[in-house]
Amino acid sequence: MTYLAKPKLHHPTLPTNRLGYTRRDYEGRVSTLCAGCGHDSISAAIIQACWELAIEPHKVAKLSGIGCSSKTPDYFLGSSHGFNTVHGRMPSVLTGANLANRDLLYLGVSGDGDSASIGFGQFAHSIRRGVNMVYIVENNGVYGLTKGQFSATADKGSKSKRGVVNTDESIDMVMVALQLGATFVARSFSGDKEQLIPLVKAAIEHKGSAFIDVISPCVAFNNHTGSTRSYDYVREHNEAVNRIDFFPGREAITTDYEPGSVKDVVQHDGSVLRLRKLHAEYDPSDRLKAMNYLLQQEAAGEIVTGLLYVNPESEDLHAHLNTADVALNRLGAKELCPGSAALEKINASLR
Amino acid sequence: MKPIAAVNDFVVKFANVNGSGSASANETFAKSILRHGVPISPRNIFPSNIQGLPTWFEVRVTEEGYLGRRGGIDMMVAMNPQTWDADVKELEPGGYLVYDSSKPMPKSKFRDDITVLGVPLTEICNATYTDSRQRQLFKNIMYVGALAALLDMDTEMIAGVIGDQYRGKEKLLKSNIHALQLGYDYAKNNLKCPIGLRVQKADKVGNKILVEGNAAAALGCVYGGASVCAWYPITPSSSLAEAFIKYCEKLRVDPVTGKNKFAIVQAEDELASIGIVVGAGWNGARSFTTTSGPGISLMQEFLGLAYFAEIPCTIIDVQRGGPSTGMPTRTQQSDVLSCAYASHGDTKHVLLFPEDPRECFEFSAAALDLADRLQTPIFVLTDLDIGMNQRLCEPFAWDDSHSYDRGKIMTAEELEAGKDFGRYLDVDGDGIPYRTLPATHPTKGGYFTRGTTRNAYAQYSEAGPDYMYNVQRLLRKFETAKELVPKPVVRKAGKATRFGIIYYGSTSPAMTECLDRLEEQGLHVDALRIKAFPFHESIIDFISEHDHVFVVEQNRDAQLRCLLVNEGAIDPAKLMPVLHYDGTPITARFIVAEISQRLSAFNVKPIKKGKAA
Repeated sequence: MTYLAKPKLHHPTLPTNRLGYTRRDYEGRVSTLCAGCGHDSISAAIIQACWELAIEPHKVAKLSGIGCSSKTPDYFLGSSHGFNTVHGRMPSVLTGANLANRDLLYLGVSGDGDSASIGFGQFAHSIRRGVNMVYIVENNGVYGLTKGQFSATADKGSKSKRGVVNTDESIDMVMVALQLGATFVARSFSGDKEQLIPLVKAAIEHKGSAFIDVISPCVAFNNHTGSTRSYDYVREHNEAVNRIDFFPGREAITTDYEPGSVKDVVQHDGSVLRLRKLHAEYDPSDRLKAMNYLLQQEAAGEIVTGLLYVNPESEDLHAHLNTADVALNRLGAKELCPGSAALEKINASLR
Repeated sequence: MKPIAAVNDFVVKFANVNGSGSASANETFAKSILRHGVPISPRNIFPSNIQGLPTWFEVRVTEEGYLGRRGGIDMMVAMNPQTWDADVKELEPGGYLVYDSSKPMPKSKFRDDITVLGVPLTEICNATYTDSRQRQLFKNIMYVGALAALLDMDTEMIAGVIGDQYRGKEKLLKSNIHALQLGYDYAKNNLKCPIGLRVQKADKVGNKILVEGNAAAALGCVYGGASVCAWYPITPSSSLAEAFIKYCEKLRVDPVTGKNKFAIVQAEDELASIGIVVGAGWNGARSFTTTSGPGISLMQEFLGLAYFAEIPCTIIDVQRGGPSTGMPTRTQQSDVLSCAYASHGDTKHVLLFPEDPRECFEFSAAALDLADRLQTPIFVLTDLDIGMNQRLCEPFAWDDSHSYDRGKIMTAEELEAGKDFGRYLDVDGDGIPYRTLPATHPTKGGYFTRGTTRNAYAQYSEAGPDYMYNVQRLLRKFETAKELVPKPVVRKAGKATRFGIIYYGSTSPAMTECLDRLEEQGLHVDALRIKAFPFHESIIDFISEHDHVFVVEQNRDAQLRCLLVNEGAIDPAKLMPVLHYDGTPITARFIVAEISQRLSAFNVKPIKKGKAA
């Protein structure tokens, strides 16, 4: 963290995106997290992804629960509306906000305590409803703000900074998301922006529940020997199954690849996810195989990262509910109130 | 014992078995009396079961229009052997017992002081129908036929109700009318008809409607412009959400696109349902949830957030006894305090108390306006007695010129013009700040929504003065609310009096009757019905104008009285609680007895004998 205010002046030669915004226009306030916190890298990845995709900042709603991760929406997209809700309940608030206005991008930012412990139920139900959102869990396996308690994603057998060994099974949020029908599931590492930024971009363009579990080491409470969420441990055990390049529908794909080494996934809106396969046998369009592979690698002590599953034919909650194309929050009495004549008919039926 | 003789003023109770198809026949009976121009007040008494266990339906026939539960039963239609003994015992002396006489019953199973009217329903059904389901079902409409003969009802009226019910289903219509006639004929030919209880045509119903409070509140939400609803099933509120679904499907589907101008989510629990409502309210859609006491308990944390973050949302609480299961299918007014002060920190919430379905409709629609105007949670506190029973009330009315009050929302144009935007800034002294909706303007008006930790411009601040400014402003906002919520109504006694009564919600019909009885007895008491919290000044004035004020409630702890003492700085000795909380709806008989007794302690005695309520 720093006490130095960010300079307001931009360098005149900063590159701009399609909307004429510089990357700085996507920044937020100065982070109050610890220096070296993985979460700040994730905020930077979100900023980069939104800038590259030329997302209008005010058309994003940032929602979070409570915890270190949930503070971060203040540190990116300063022009967007944000909502720091209650602990573990961001998913329901996001769901309601999404129902009210289907036209915005909903970015849910949460942590492992917020989503796997207190908010496990809401996480699960928002995923199974297919809420159109990007749900990012900044996963460090530990409670930071309350100083170092284990969360539900802490691996069994891992050791806390105080030397306590975790004896509870850990929750693998990626496996849960797959089981509950998330249509975009990825895992990444805050220390690998080359992998993370394209994943965030692809998730943004995905229509449906997009879930990204980002391993994000806590430098204050979970970066020691014996931790399975430290920078060193994750770097040693990271097994990336693929790298993706993301091409919005409007852009021509010009990059050359080795024949046979790539797989294109065309999403609903025409955008293309080009997967550079690092494991020839890994197929992210097969949910069952993905789950099997994850279980195998977990048993081998590996942390699988990359785009783990995507269903390009996904539907969202609005499709299930058959809601009007116009955002509900734009409807007024004219559209919503049936009027006195209809009421008279109802009165008549009640006599 | 002389059999009871009464015209258009008696109580009939049906003792049935859950799932036997009796509900529809009983409703037909009730509605038919209404068609005679005679007001009725029907009530379901149902334990927490689905099938095979006892259930009761009580109809008060009341030409005077007293819609509260009366207490005491004049006629029992005993169709459930399981509850026979208790049902027979419940009859008033001189009452009438109608039963299925197909099987002989020992004399010991009856009483000497009642009139026993046997109709061999099973026998007639077995002789008429071969299908076992029909044999069971038609017993119900058959006893309605017998009652028609016994009570001297016009069978045309009953046929009319059945006709409406089975419109377009000719076969069902015909067979129901046939069963009705079989019952009627049997009674006419074998029993002395009519008996002392009679239904006589009158003209006391007018254009009133008969509807459940839950359906009315749901319709109020449709008219009030709720477009997002999230709920979790809980008796007695589930039928409200289900009615909202039904009305939306009928009234809110775009005829051109076939798409829904509403979104309804059955959430995984009440935490999620209020969360969804808060999210939708934050994002500018009118949203509501419906629940009962346990749901209110689960929602507490979110309600505090909504209060401090100033999010419009509407909560309809259909109150019941609690906790756990059992009492929850009985009525109470026992969530007053848990709603008024819901959540952690210093919170206070706006509460509305409808007295009947008509006000359930009105107040639900008003709550959506108030939520937007005050940017805070608004509670509509109804209860099982209003919610799950059909109640005769004034027809619903809607003024087509009424446009929704969306409150203080700053627009893109205002932001563009450079208008100062402080999300938590009181610009005009009413304590209500301006808000912006997400995506209003590309660069202006965005803010990060938090609970309390912010300054007037929504910037993170843990500074004491910023916190003080904020919570003091919330108090000013609550003052503003006093003038916006429905005002109390006063009913003056015939003579000046130093005694007053305060009551609210579903106690209303019993109170109307009670006040008539007290007045007849020369016991003069002014009455005030509270419609909302925060309390309007006139409520406090009413209390100070009287030496002693009874506060009549349907809970154990005198919750509204606590609220009056606390918020109005009233001397507790002045407010005398009159409390009814056994799970049954309060009766005029109960209130009259309580108040007469208390008044006699002040040496105020009846001057003449009025008829017992």
